[in-house]
Amino acid sequence: MCGIAGLIHRGKSSNVGEELQNMLQALKHRGPDSTGYALYANNDGQNFILRFKVGENVGEGSTSINEDESVYDERKKIVDKKLSELGASLVKEEKLTPYSYRYEIKYDKDLMEFSKAIESIQSVEILSIGKSLELIKDLGDATAVSERYGLNKVQGTHGIGHARMATESGVDIKSAHPFWGYPFADVSVVHNGQLTNYWNNRRVLENKGMRFMSECDSELIAVFLAEKMRNGATLEEGMRESLTGLDGVFTYFVATKDSLGMAKDTMAAKPLVLYESDDLVAMGSEEIAIRSILPQEIETYDPFDGEVKVWQT
Amino acid sequence: MANLKTSEKKTKAQSMGMHTETLTGKTQQKFFNPDEAENFFYWGTYDVDFNKRTEIDVKDMDCKEANEKIDSLMSEGYGTIVIKNPQGKHSLGVGILNKLNLIFEGSLGYFGVGSIDGPIVRVNGRVGWSCAENMMAGKVVIEKNAGSCFGAAIRGGDLICKGSVGARTGIDQKGGSIIVGGDAGAFTGFMMQRGRIVILGDVGINLGDSMYDGTIYVGGKIGSFGSDAVESPMTKNDIEWLNRKLKVAEIGNNYDVSKMTKVVAGKKLWNYDALEPTEKKGAI
Repeated sequence: MCGIAGLIHRGKSSNVGEELQNMLQALKHRGPDSTGYALYANNDGQNFILRFKVGENVGEGSTSINEDESVYDERKKIVDKKLSELGASLVKEEKLTPYSYRYEIKYDKDLMEFSKAIESIQSVEILSIGKSLELIKDLGDATAVSERYGLNKVQGTHGIGHARMATESGVDIKSAHPFWGYPFADVSVVHNGQLTNYWNNRRVLENKGMRFMSECDSELIAVFLAEKMRNGATLEEGMRESLTGLDGVFTYFVATKDSLGMAKDTMAAKPLVLYESDDLVAMGSEEIAIRSILPQEIETYDPFDGEVKVWQT
Repeated sequence: MANLKTSEKKTKAQSMGMHTETLTGKTQQKFFNPDEAENFFYWGTYDVDFNKRTEIDVKDMDCKEANEKIDSLMSEGYGTIVIKNPQGKHSLGVGILNKLNLIFEGSLGYFGVGSIDGPIVRVNGRVGWSCAENMMAGKVVIEKNAGSCFGAAIRGGDLICKGSVGARTGIDQKGGSIIVGGDAGAFTGFMMQRGRIVILGDVGINLGDSMYDGTIYVGGKIGSFGSDAVESPMTKNDIEWLNRKLKVAEIGNNYDVSKMTKVVAGKKLWNYDALEPTEKKGAI
């Protein structure tokens, strides 16, 4: 089933980490397997934030193969070496869990080539690259993931998140949402639904040089939009094309460094409740997600079939 | 009980696009004799007094606790219950088979007031998906917007939304009336079998898709007609009924119902035959 939530503050910042945590925790019953956050934080914007994993979380009902933690350290060393070879300089390094890292790097060349080189290392996956995007996903509910990664103090303008019930792929981090819009900095996607033309689209996009890291159908949305933008489309144009290019049922959110968008399939088969005011837009699969941050009586509505909306910070 | 075989009723129903078959055989009359009505109660219902009023705050209750509290108050004879702080919780006010005035001061989540038979409900907020699903009788008024599957499979009563509603409004509707003051999404009246839907605003694509019977009235633009949904001329009976219902629904003051589009089943998709399975077997 899965639950998605998103919010954007217009003209100001807020504790988006805690707000999104509350929204996603309210949706836990829709997806208890894993939780993911794409937070757009008040970083200084000078360096890229690189979040990557060198292995999987093998606890908490994971379907991943158990590995010795020593291989994680070996892979991390290879990543450091590759960074150096690529001409990236490491400004700050944080080990978040035995299998995931947050690096602050200086890099001014092609992000696609950069990503290909890093991901050529066995079991290494870039979760996100961006100057404000902090993409975190792991097994467990919203509170567990937030506490593990210290997210409830993240100040920022907007964010999207996902509570996942694994249906079409494994219970693991690589299949968890959000998905990074490779190779674009600061682009992320979450999705609720099923895509039925996943393999057809995947084959076409892979032939065009796009990369897939999982077999989760939702990843297709991120890659689909990234490919459209690579060919010059705006985010909103790409989203409108997705209404016919993607087959199946979906409500998805996409975020960039200064915008948040939503799209709903033409059958309106997946739920979405939306609250919109001059300074805040909040939306989620169920109203209780919005109520977790706005308990007072508010005006909400369901967007209609085939609707696409984009808001700016 | 109404005599469904009278020619006047049959003609009126037909003129409004309703069913054309004559109902024969056993009817509810056999089981619900008016003489016995005084003594007839559903299991689990209570004799309540509308003038006996109380309020409950469900902010810190889950839906089961809140519904049990409503039931307990009805057993104490309360006929008017105000629910404070529903805050989008799911499945509130479900399964009430009683006469009751139930007022929600706020919004409901999914499956609000489902499977009810008799209460008069007012929601001073919004409702999520599948509001009043399987409603049998009574009146439900939503002051703001409603989610998808509004009035799914309702059998009777008046279900009113003063704002806009989502997709698949009145899906599988089997009776009663759904009245919407604003717009409605795609697949409104999908597979409906009886009853009426009134949308004063616009509707999305595939209106009345695969509807078996029933009538849909639309005041605004129609995205597209669904399979086997066809336009039908408005009659005097339609106009009278619409004016009366809009008054009951407290919406559409001075609305010119004569300009609405009436949609009924084309009945080209019907694939029924009159043979029972055993008879069919014999025929084959």
